[in-house]
Amino acid sequence: MSSALLRVIHAGPLVSIQDGGRGGHMRFGVSASGPMDRTSFAIANTALGQPEDATGLEVSLGGLVLECKQGSVSFAVAGGGFSVDCAGAKTTAWTVQTLHEGEKLTIRGGAWGSWTYLTFAGDLKASKWLGHTATHSMSGFGGGALRSGQDIEIESAHIRDDRMGDIPCPAFAQPDGQVRVVVGPQDQHFAPSSVATFLNTPYKLTDAFDRMGVRLNGPQLELNEALSIPSEPILRGSVQVAGDGVPTVLLADHQTTGGYPKIATVISCDLDRLSQMRAQDSVAFTAVSPEDAISIVRAAARQRRAYLDELAKPRPSLNERLLRENLIGGVISGAED
Amino acid sequence: MNAPQFKPVADHAVLVEFASEISDDVNRLVIALDHAITMAQIKGLQEVVPALVNLLVVFDPLETDHVQVEKDVRSLLPVSPDSDAQATHHTLDICYDDDFSPDLVAVAKACGMSEDAVIQAHSSARYRVGMYGFAPGYAYLAGVPEAIQVPRKTAPVRDIPAGSVMIAGPQCLATTIVMPTGWSIIGRTPAKIMTGNPDRPFLFDVGDTVSFNRIRREAL
Repeated sequence: MSSALLRVIHAGPLVSIQDGGRGGHMRFGVSASGPMDRTSFAIANTALGQPEDATGLEVSLGGLVLECKQGSVSFAVAGGGFSVDCAGAKTTAWTVQTLHEGEKLTIRGGAWGSWTYLTFAGDLKASKWLGHTATHSMSGFGGGALRSGQDIEIESAHIRDDRMGDIPCPAFAQPDGQVRVVVGPQDQHFAPSSVATFLNTPYKLTDAFDRMGVRLNGPQLELNEALSIPSEPILRGSVQVAGDGVPTVLLADHQTTGGYPKIATVISCDLDRLSQMRAQDSVAFTAVSPEDAISIVRAAARQRRAYLDELAKPRPSLNERLLRENLIGGVISGAED
Repeated sequence: MNAPQFKPVADHAVLVEFASEISDDVNRLVIALDHAITMAQIKGLQEVVPALVNLLVVFDPLETDHVQVEKDVRSLLPVSPDSDAQATHHTLDICYDDDFSPDLVAVAKACGMSEDAVIQAHSSARYRVGMYGFAPGYAYLAGVPEAIQVPRKTAPVRDIPAGSVMIAGPQCLATTIVMPTGWSIIGRTPAKIMTGNPDRPFLFDVGDTVSFNRIRREAL
């Protein structure tokens, strides 16, 4: 198998190596990390016939420019409306193409979305921590953030003619400003009117937005008393409210414990869409019961599974497609029922 | 106290809370339940995160739900408080020399003691791992003697090196990565809490006991 060598010409801040994430270590202070938008990441891998959690690159609005120094490799870009320029051919994310020796690939922010995922047909070589390449931004452990000038090696690099073309961007990968939460677990520390305010007033995302969380802007939420509760576990999706009454939603690289009360927790299937929103975007939180949250998440998982299973099927290669079109044109036309 | 409250969290976790105030007894119940859950084979269980007064049970919502997980955890109650007799003990080397202990003078002053007396109090106490939290390998060691308990600083100090041993209130912590902190730094340990051993990547389990052994800087 051949390998491909890619030089990082430019990497904006928060461009990092990620895999599916290292779950199971929160008891040791380690959040799972992994992609901010797990759905788009799984799509970018599946579109190439890779395992859903194979190592890829998370690209922020800071953008990424790579130059292929050696070899050729097919790649997929999925997530947000990022712009993609491969050897001068301009497209948008949700595409599978091939990068050849001497060609440049440029990915920049586009019409919507905060993160896009670049995956390769092959094995992206990256250092592991606790069995995973996912980068934990607080410590830098794992594959790490990309720096201009570094090289990336793709081992067993393939060209996948059977995968080329557009990837359909499903509605469930696009933010709609609606986010469902289960209230609590520390809602008892808030004035009842605060919970109502949180649920009835749109909040805006601020630019205090990184892989650890996003601070919101909107009405202050009043705590019953100025208190610090015992430091206790945090989840990805916890909405914690600091003493200033401002809510923050904790995300992929969240600290694992904290002493600020949590007014609500975002349900898992809405976190990817929330993470794709941008500073100044407006978000409306709706409360659902724990039972409904389970039903919603299960329905979303079925929908996502069906989409990924369909996407996993190889498309015919260009030659096969041409041949089939010839056959259809020459033999079958007029025979359809 | 042994009848905890259960609170559903999002679609995939249950918070089990023994009390709202921190105490040694409460934390020992949390740790005992953590061990019991870890031993029991609860369907759909993904991970358990023990903290000071509560623990979070994280599950796969495609396999189980809050009601079932609560039932599964309740079947393990009541638990007997975790005791030090079953705990593993660790001794960490520590050097209190000036450049490793930038806050020792201030702590001594705040407590009306000599620096040596602070060192003596810190190094002769026995600690217990109450929880890990915040950042990778940050083990919260309960048991700082009352005489040397100081509050957190009002503003955090940046770029505190890994291996710093610091205190705030009744808690002591040895850092593993470079981080800002508002705790008082009183020493440096060469101990590796993140061991680098893939089979046992973190030195302590919650409930383990810890003491410090003063070393000279040449031994660091």
